[in-house]
This record gives sequence, C-alpha cells and structure tokens, in this order.
Amino acid sequence: MKKIVSFLTAAILLVCALTGCGGSKKAIATDGSTSMNKVISALGEAFQSDTGITVTYNATGSGAGIQAVQEGRCDIGLSSRSLKEDEKASGLEETILAYDGIAIIVNPINPVANLDVETIAKIYTGEITNWKEVGGSDAEIVLIGREAGSGTRDGFESITGTKDKCKYRQELTATGDVITGVASNPNAIGYASFASIKDTVKALTVDGVAPSEETVKDGTYVVQRPFVLVTKKGTALSESAQKFFDYITSEAASEIISNTGVVPAN
Amino acid sequence: MKKNNRLFENIIHGIFLILGLITVGCVLLITVYLILSGIPAVKEIGLIDFIFGKEWASTAAVPKYGILPFILTSVYGTAGAIFIGVPIGFFTAVYLSKFANKKVRAVIEAAINLLAGIPSVVYGLVGMLVLVPAICEIFNVPDGASLLAAIIVLAIMILPNIIKVSVTALDAVPKEYEDASLALGATPTETFFKVSVPAAKSGIAAAVVLGVGRAIGEAMAVMMVAGNVANMPSLFGSVRFLTTAVASEMAYSSPGSLQRNALFSIALVLFLFIMLINATLNFFLKRDKEQ
Repeated sequence: MKKIVSFLTAAILLVCALTGCGGSKKAIATDGSTSMNKVISALGEAFQSDTGITVTYNATGSGAGIQAVQEGRCDIGLSSRSLKEDEKASGLEETILAYDGIAIIVNPINPVANLDVETIAKIYTGEITNWKEVGGSDAEIVLIGREAGSGTRDGFESITGTKDKCKYRQELTATGDVITGVASNPNAIGYASFASIKDTVKALTVDGVAPSEETVKDGTYVVQRPFVLVTKKGTALSESAQKFFDYITSEAASEIISNTGVVPAN
Repeated sequence: MKKNNRLFENIIHGIFLILGLITVGCVLLITVYLILSGIPAVKEIGLIDFIFGKEWASTAAVPKYGILPFILTSVYGTAGAIFIGVPIGFFTAVYLSKFANKKVRAVIEAAINLLAGIPSVVYGLVGMLVLVPAICEIFNVPDGASLLAAIIVLAIMILPNIIKVSVTALDAVPKEYEDASLALGATPTETFFKVSVPAAKSGIAAAVVLGVGRAIGEAMAVMMVAGNVANMPSLFGSVRFLTTAVASEMAYSSPGSLQRNALFSIALVLFLFIMLINATLNFFLKRDKEQ
C-alpha cells in the first residue's frame, strides 16, 4: 500500500513538473552576439521581475545566433550587424534594438587623442605604421583586433572600409581581451564596444567627436553599428517570446537599454 | 542461492562491460565524426593546397585555406616547449627521486600538483598580463604576443606531466642496481645518471611524449598570448596554432559552409598528430614492459 502511494505521489509530481515546463511560463531563449550580453541580460532581468518569465541568453556570436533562429533552436536571435542579403532571403527578419558605438582605444599614456576614419583605416591597413606619423611618439603601432567572424570586427571593418585588409598584430577572441591587450601595451590600438570601455584604456575621438550616447544616436560619431533582433518571417513567436519582444522594443525599455551604455533605437 | 549469485555476478559484469564500452564508443564516435566532417573540405580545397598552402583567410572575399602556418606553428611551439621544459622537468625529477630528502620532496611535489591543477585560462591570463609585456620590454619589440610567449607558457604547463611521470619511472628503478653501482665505488651522482636514468629511460621518454601531447593540444592559454594572426611562424611574430585556429573561428562559422568544414579538417589534422603521439607513447610503454 505504502509503495503504491509513494509511486502515485511521484507520478503526480512528475506530471506537474512536466506541465510546468510546457506551460505559458516557458523560458525564452535568445542566442547570438557576445557584444549584446550586457543589454540583453539587463532587459531579461527586468522582464523576469515583471512577468516571472525567465530569459536565457547564449553568447555564441552573431553568426551562430542567426543560424540558431534559422534552425529554430532559439526564440530570438541576437546579431550585432545587419542581416546580409542572403540571410534576409532565407526568411529572416531584423528589428533594430539599439545602436552601439565602437570605440577606438589606445593606451592612456599615448598622446594621440583624435584620428579621422581615413587615418584609422590607413593605420589598420598598414599604410601608417608609426605613431609619430599621426602626432604621437616614435614607436611602431601595434594593431589589436578581433577574430574573423566577430561582430565587432565586422562592424569596425565595414565602417572603416578595411574589410580583409587589416594587418593585425593580434587577433583576440573577446572584447575584454582586447581591452586588456591595449591596456598592457603603450603602443597598441584596438577597437571595442563603447559600452564595455574601462578606465584602463583611452577612447579616441573620431573626426573630433568623442563616442557618447548623444553622438552615437545623432550619428555624428561615425564608428557605430546596430544591435539587431533576428526573427523568422511568417513564423509567430511563442506567446511569452512575443511579450518579451514587444517589451524590449517599447519605449519603456529604452531606459534600461541606455543604462547599459548603448543607444536605444526606439 | 548459488545460481542467484552467479546471475548477480553476470549482471555486474555486464554493467561494467557497458561502462567500459562507453569510453570506446566515445572515441569511435569522435573519430568517425571527425573523419566524416573533415574529409569534404580537404576534397574541395585539395590536399596539397590545404596542407601546404601558406595563406589562411577564411572570411575574405576570395577565401584561402592553407594551414601550413598553423602546422608549423604547432610543431615549432611544441618543440620549443619541449626544448625548455624537458631539461627543467628531467633534472627536477632526478632531484626529487634521488637527491631530495623527504620534506623537500613533499613540498615540491605539492607545488607540482598545484601547477598541474591550474586551469589553462589562468596560465593564459597571467601570460597576457605579465609575460607579454615583459617580452615587449626585454627584447624591445613592439608587441610581446608571440610564438616565444606561447612557448614559455607551454613549457611551464607541461612541467608537471614530465616531472610526475619521470619521477614514477625513476622511483621504480630497483635499489639493487644503485647499491651495486655504489658498492663498486661510483659516486651517487655517477650512479644516478649512469645507472638509474638509463634504467628508467623508457618511462622518461614516455614523460616527454606526454608533454608533447599536452603542448600540441593546448588551446586556451596559447590563444591569449600568441596573438592569433595566421602568419608563418617567427619567434617574435604573432602566430596561430592548430588548436586556436579551430577554437577562434568555430563559433562564428556557419554550419555547412566551407569555412566550418575546413575547421573540422584542421581538427582532423590535429587529431592525426595526437594519434601519432599516442602511438609513440604506446611504443615506449610496451618496450618498457618487455624489458
């Protein structure tokens, strides 16, 4: 008798647990750009405290996130670049969530404070190799960048027109690594998401404009890229995912977005 | 009752057999998967162009898939790590096994065990923050992230493997050998280097091979100090290893693309290297047993 009771209890508990998973409180899966970590985490937390629905975030990179949407492995894909034409043709849709300025960073002791986009391009393509050519000390410029496929690298290279032409000295695999690399080498120059810049490095002004929320938003700071939400065209999101989507693209979320250092699109 | 016992034994045997087969299954699965996903890209690019191509630009408008820089970097990097790590490891092992008193040995062994347990990302981080700027300073080069930095990090990482296995081999040398040598008038130093070490040579060789395996397979630490640009290797240049080539691009390559397949092919090449190393290791261990 006792056995039967405990068996029944277990069965009931199991059924409850399973239905709990399948109910409307299902977690929302997001997947993609590592640069969007901060903004998506903040939005997810706020959304969870409002509705009790959890938002998971899988930092895999823009390409992988787009792929995940295509294969239906996540609800919303995150990309820190606009969708390519062939990606749009394959039935994906983009919604711009925010704009991210890419800061050009140097070591704090470097006297150079301003460069224009053209000079930055010349530096990265190896035309200018010494800091004295741009008003700095007589030292070789050490180019630090991100690995092929990174959203930040793609953003930087497409904005400066240096695609496939950059002569990197180091290709690092994370924003934090780039900042550490630049902070520990007085002759280094690198690029990183404006939101993740720390005091250990100095952000250059570009064409005389310092990267800030205002300058990124009004477009005067030119090294910037969109943060994109990727969804499947024609396929309805799950009820909770749609709720989350509406929430983060609403004006109410813009304060949270700007708190993370990027500029909300809405 | 007896029959029951027999049945019970059989069941237990069955369970252990299945557990044992899990490992074999994993190895088979990985091997088959790697070969299946590694072959297409090699076919498409051409074996010669792939292995001996000097340029890698997987995301360029005209992609190039030559992995000679990665292969040479991995070989040079590993050789360099062995060149620095083996002498240090070997002499440490001789010291620990033959010269050191119990207390000193306990302290040093604890340190070695700790060194073995440090995660590779920590090696990488320390390398990035301390070693790379130091190389920059000492050799007066614009940037310290280089093959040399990777070699030094790898040399330190393989030390525990080399020391531990060598010490075990040296400890296993029968005391009679040494006693006989000492009785014939040889000094302890002569005895250890001319009797103990030759007697343990298979084990020491196995230690070196294990070190090679660890060095060639390491990804995280070298990714942080080597610079990761696909150049042909030079001591102070930025280089990319076979492991880091796979690790740094895998996340961004789209499945089914030639880039992703080529990454699998790199992994296959790495796998073949590791198999070769394992075969060598088995050779030494077997010889040890036969002796």
